[in-house]
Amino acid sequence: MPLALFIFLAALAIISSLGVVIQRNPVHSLLALVMTLLVIAVLFIGLGAVTVGFLQAIVYAGAIMVLFLFVIWLLNLQVEERMTGHLALKFFGAIAAAALVAELFLFFAHAHPALAGKEMAPGYGSIASLATVLFKDYLIAFEATSLLLLVAVVGAVAIARRPSPSEADASGGKTGAAS
Amino acid sequence: MIELLIGALKAIIILLLALNLAAILLWFERKGSALIQDRIGANRAAITGLGRKLGLPNLGFVNTLVADPIKLFTKEDFVPEGADRFLHALAPFLALFPVLITFAVVPFGDQITIAGHTIVLQAASLDVAALYILATIGIGVYGVALGGWASNNRWALLGSVRATAQMISYEIAMGLAIIAVVMTYGTLDLQAMCHAQGGVWFGWLPRWGIFLQPVAFLLFMTAGMAESKRVPFDLPEGESELIAGYFTEYSGGKQACFMLTDFAEIVLVSVLVTTFFFGGWQIPWLYRDGFHFPGGATFAMPNLLVAILGVIAFWVKVVIFCWLQILIRWTLPRFRYDQLMRLGWKGLVPLGLLNIVATAFVIVLAGGAH
Repeated sequence: MPLALFIFLAALAIISSLGVVIQRNPVHSLLALVMTLLVIAVLFIGLGAVTVGFLQAIVYAGAIMVLFLFVIWLLNLQVEERMTGHLALKFFGAIAAAALVAELFLFFAHAHPALAGKEMAPGYGSIASLATVLFKDYLIAFEATSLLLLVAVVGAVAIARRPSPSEADASGGKTGAAS
Repeated sequence: MIELLIGALKAIIILLLALNLAAILLWFERKGSALIQDRIGANRAAITGLGRKLGLPNLGFVNTLVADPIKLFTKEDFVPEGADRFLHALAPFLALFPVLITFAVVPFGDQITIAGHTIVLQAASLDVAALYILATIGIGVYGVALGGWASNNRWALLGSVRATAQMISYEIAMGLAIIAVVMTYGTLDLQAMCHAQGGVWFGWLPRWGIFLQPVAFLLFMTAGMAESKRVPFDLPEGESELIAGYFTEYSGGKQACFMLTDFAEIVLVSVLVTTFFFGGWQIPWLYRDGFHFPGGATFAMPNLLVAILGVIAFWVKVVIFCWLQILIRWTLPRFRYDQLMRLGWKGLVPLGLLNIVATAFVIVLAGGAH
């Protein structure tokens, strides 16, 4: 990936992620987040992780953010009030932000020197290499994770489901008892 | 430099082909619906009046392809009070853009060789093209979703909510259908899929995907029609309930943009169905050196002519599927919303999963892909 392109994309990512925080309208924030995720997907693709980049675009930008949009609509979120005062909140917020920045700096300072500027092997990040890792090397962990997600989905449906009228009658008309 | 020029030329050609076909579909739809409903349809506007003097029937080209666009683009561009002006202006383009860029990975022909340059007739040769298609379709939701929200109108917002829920639901069925197709061909590259569909079985049957994945074809076609939000899946715009749904508050060029998106989506679904299931640019029994008919007869042809015939065959197939979608639209009534959701989640999704399991079994029993 040419350096100029990287700088352009990185700047775009920073500007749009700042937009997430600064915008007061939740829908505008969400759009800025979509933009950030898409720019990061393009960065992934440019750095050779093509499959991960497209999956990022499909899963995060295409599906999860749409669900966020639904939540914003269903909760009927309005333009947020600017928070003023609360010096303690600002103080601890600044400390947390500074800690995060320091951690990132430490991480980059100790990045593996052998990886710096190294060309990846051909086929790296392709769908075949990803599939080999997922379905051969870590098959059990992968299947266990998918089972876990399935359990979470079934659990969410069980909690959200309203009892049908016949079930409600059986439990003496008390809603919620059937779950 | 010349490679760059060729690349740009290919991108422009596929974009213009797709856009023009989408615009011509407007005429197809108006005259086609008239044909189906035993009406005459648009037949008034004329520029010279020469055709009428000569006693020729007016086919409505001027109405639909000249007068309508002029009307749309000269209309007042109205933004309702209290609307989010920025998003209201952005939404139509956010809807159109992802559909148009999807055409980049579509192979509209085999390769041609001109002056030593071998040109693959596909704007972008991407080896993860199927993922790219799913990504662009996923991004396409935002235009529709934000259009209604930014209009500050309850009907428009309801249309947006319906459209978003519908598109998210049917994207899953569409993805499952594409997974089965990818398993069958063992590749995500659309050009490689087209190549895999060349040749014949039993000496006469073309190796088209429809014969391997009939279930995936039905799934994809249904999900694709739902994605393009047309009758019988037009609940997001349901005129009798929501005025016009998410584009109620749009007029002029922006509304034309939403309309163009609808038609471009029809073209896109047809293009993808053709590529996945009907051989793309393949013509039965036609190989790079000419026809090899079942029974042994051959008819040699130059390579360039074969490639051009392939391009023509591709677009003929696409137009046939566009017509099929218009035919379905003007034949069926609209679903109820619960029917729509039941079909999507309890019909298409389990069927898609079963299809994947069955495909996997067959592939393993047959010993690997192909």
